[in-house]
Parts: sequence; structure tokens; C-alpha cells
Amino acid sequence: MGDVLRHAWVIARKDLVLEFRSRTALVSAAVFTALVLTVFNFGRDPTAVATVDLAPSILWVTFTFAAMLALNRAFQLELENQALDGLLVSPISRTSLFWAKFFANWVFVSVVEAIGLPLFVLFFDVPVGGVLLPLVGVIALATAGFVAVGTLFSAMVIRTRFAELMLPVLLLPFLVPPLIGAVQVTAQLLGGRPLSEVTGWLRLLAAFDIVFLTLATLLFPATVNE
Amino acid sequence: MLRAEGLRHSFGSVRALDGISFTLSAGQTLVLFGPNGAGKTTLLKVLAGLTRPEAGRADVAGGRRAVGWIGHQSLLYGHLTVRENLLFWAALYNVPKAERGRRAADLLARLGLADRAEVPVRFLSRGLMQRATIARALIHEPRVLLLDEPFTGLDLAAAAEFRRLLGELGGAGRIVVLATHNVDEGIELATDVAFQTRGRFVHFAPRGARGAAEIGEAYRRAVASG
Repeated sequence: MGDVLRHAWVIARKDLVLEFRSRTALVSAAVFTALVLTVFNFGRDPTAVATVDLAPSILWVTFTFAAMLALNRAFQLELENQALDGLLVSPISRTSLFWAKFFANWVFVSVVEAIGLPLFVLFFDVPVGGVLLPLVGVIALATAGFVAVGTLFSAMVIRTRFAELMLPVLLLPFLVPPLIGAVQVTAQLLGGRPLSEVTGWLRLLAAFDIVFLTLATLLFPATVNE
Repeated sequence: MLRAEGLRHSFGSVRALDGISFTLSAGQTLVLFGPNGAGKTTLLKVLAGLTRPEAGRADVAGGRRAVGWIGHQSLLYGHLTVRENLLFWAALYNVPKAERGRRAADLLARLGLADRAEVPVRFLSRGLMQRATIARALIHEPRVLLLDEPFTGLDLAAAAEFRRLLGELGGAGRIVVLATHNVDEGIELATDVAFQTRGRFVHFAPRGARGAAEIGEAYRRAVASG
């Protein structure tokens, strides 16, 4: 177990260093997030639907598509000079590789969300003052689930043609449960309701994380072995 | 010990490996000659564990940890420096932390890369990249070296230094398998010589006292007769 975690950390740190140096995907995802929020802000009719009803869906749609950019990039990094072959030849376990990619993706998506959340508050003028901590917790919880599934699928499609198209097609159906849960909890929090009223949705998010992290960990080796 | 037994593998109707079997012990250097498309790369990938053969098996004493691999790609990350790449791969191979820096410095000096240690790999020329690739493959002091056209892109001085290094490694009890289509490359390193055409070994024997000219002539005859 020690080796698995140590190797995972070595690879995840390398991924984060590469992203920090190139900043390609991070800048793209951040700009994408800002643009989508801007479009939604100016494209909606504030007199037709209350902001607090619409805003949670907009937030999660934005985060989901921004995350796709990160997930697409996770294994693209390894295709440069065919470094993935080096990882597969090396004595690391495939589980290390999954956890490395999962952690790096989760950090990456969290950074994009950290950039997107203030813009969301600014554009939609939603009251987050009293619920910021629970809201951040819910974002972290939901993000972990869809990054787990996304990491698995991005490994599956990386050697296919049109990988960038395949990933959303495969991934989005699996994201419906956590997205519904995340939108519901976010709506309740922004509506001033206590967390105790959304424990069912929180349980669903936590269960999704546990189930899909476990499944992805178990299935990942088969996806990267030839 | 490296053992291949009855290896078979095809790509569609093209048979890349057609019942290849051989065994190498410590200190043996097999130089594998064959024309383009003979299946040399597939054989090395099977030995490295990158490709699962359709039939037969390949065993390397010590498993993946014991293998050093040089393929057609560098397996290096362009946004990391040469030294960072070496330290990254050393960490994945569990080279003790205190050893990593010393080994990297030693290899960089031997391969004439000491003054490029802090240069991001993407800025290296083809030849320098190949030197860095060699350093990457040797950083964990592998017992078995699988080398696919390793002299590609090297200038005369670097090729001579690499030959010297391989000679030392062979002399130090390593197993080396070197695939090339050029009979003049590396023949002086060989303890054993194989000719591969259409997925088969048509010749496998100790080199003995044969020189490059004699082996070249035998190779041309073997390739011509298919």
C-alpha cells in the first residue's frame, strides 16, 4: 500500500507541475468557465425565473463541462513522447496510476471551480455568505464522484480516435445522479434551507463517490492493459 | 534470465511473431537484425510487457523492475527538465532517494548532457533527446535492457560512448537485447546474433569470432531467402 500511494503521489505531482508550467488546460478551462457564466448571465430573463432557482443548474452545468477539459487532458499528457508506455513498463501498480490521475484531476477541477465560484456569485448575485463552507463541501463531494468516473473513461478512450468527443458521450449519462444531487443540495443551500433537509441527497453523493471510486479502482487496470 | 517461449502475435493478417523461442542468461547481449516490418519492435514490446502475445510467454527474471526500455519514443515529458525526468523515473523504480541525484548526475555526465541538465526536454535536439532517453532507461540500473534502434539520432561521439556503456553493462552481467536493421551498429557488442524476418528467427547463434562483414553477408543471404 505504501508503494501504491507513494507512486501515485510522484505521478500526480508530476502532472500538476506539468500543468502549472504549460497552463494550457487550466487557462482554457478557466476562460471557458468565465465565458459560460457570462453567456448565461446575459442570456437569461431575470424576471421569468428566480435567480436562486436557475443558478444551481447553471453552476453545475458550467463545472461539468469545464471538468471535461481537464479529464480529456489527463492522459493526453502521457501520450507526449509515449510516456504512457514508460509508466506501463515500470513496476508501479495500475492502481497507483489511477489514484495519481484521480488526485491530479480533482485538484485541477477544484482550481477551476475556485475560479468559477466567485464569478458565479458576482454574476448571479446569490447569497453565499452564510453557506459558503457547506457549499464548498458539496462541490468537493460531487467533484470527487464525477472525477472518479471521468478518470476511468478518459483512460478508456485515450487510444481511440476522437477521444475528446467520446469522453463526454460516455461520461455524461453517468454524471446524471451526482449532478441531480449537487443541484438539489446547492439549490437548498442558496435558498437558505439547513443542511439537515438535504441529508438524503448528501448520502446519494457520498454513495456515488464510494461506489464509483471503488469500481474505477478495480476496473482501471483492465483499461490500461492492452 | 530472459526466456521467450513460442511467441506468436499478429496485426490483422500480418504475422509479427511466428513461434519465437530463445533464452538469454546474465552477460549475454543479443543483437537482433531484421528488415523493416520483421517484427523486431513487437518482440521487444512483448519482452517488455507492453504487448500481450496471442500465444506463448515471455519471462524476465526480476519482472518489470528489472527491465530498461528504449523504444521509438523518448518517454520523456517535454515540460520537465532532463534532470527532473530522470528523478521522476528513478522515483517510480524505487531508487533510494539519496541515490537518485548521484545516478542522474553520473549518467548526464557520461552521456554528455551535464550542461543540459536543467533544460526542458522539449528544447533538446533529436540527438540530445536520444541521449536523455538512454539516461532514462539506465537510471534504475536495469538487469535487462531492451533497446529498439537505440543509435537513431546519435552523432558519432555519442554513439561510441553509448556502445562503450553497453559494453560495460553487458560485461557487468546484464542481459541486453538490441534490435536494429543496420548490421554495422552494435555488432561488436554482440555475444549472440539473431536474424528475424516475417516474425521468425531464421538464424540464432553465438557470434563467435565472426566480424561485421561476415555477419552482414549471412544476414543478406538470410533476408534474401526469406
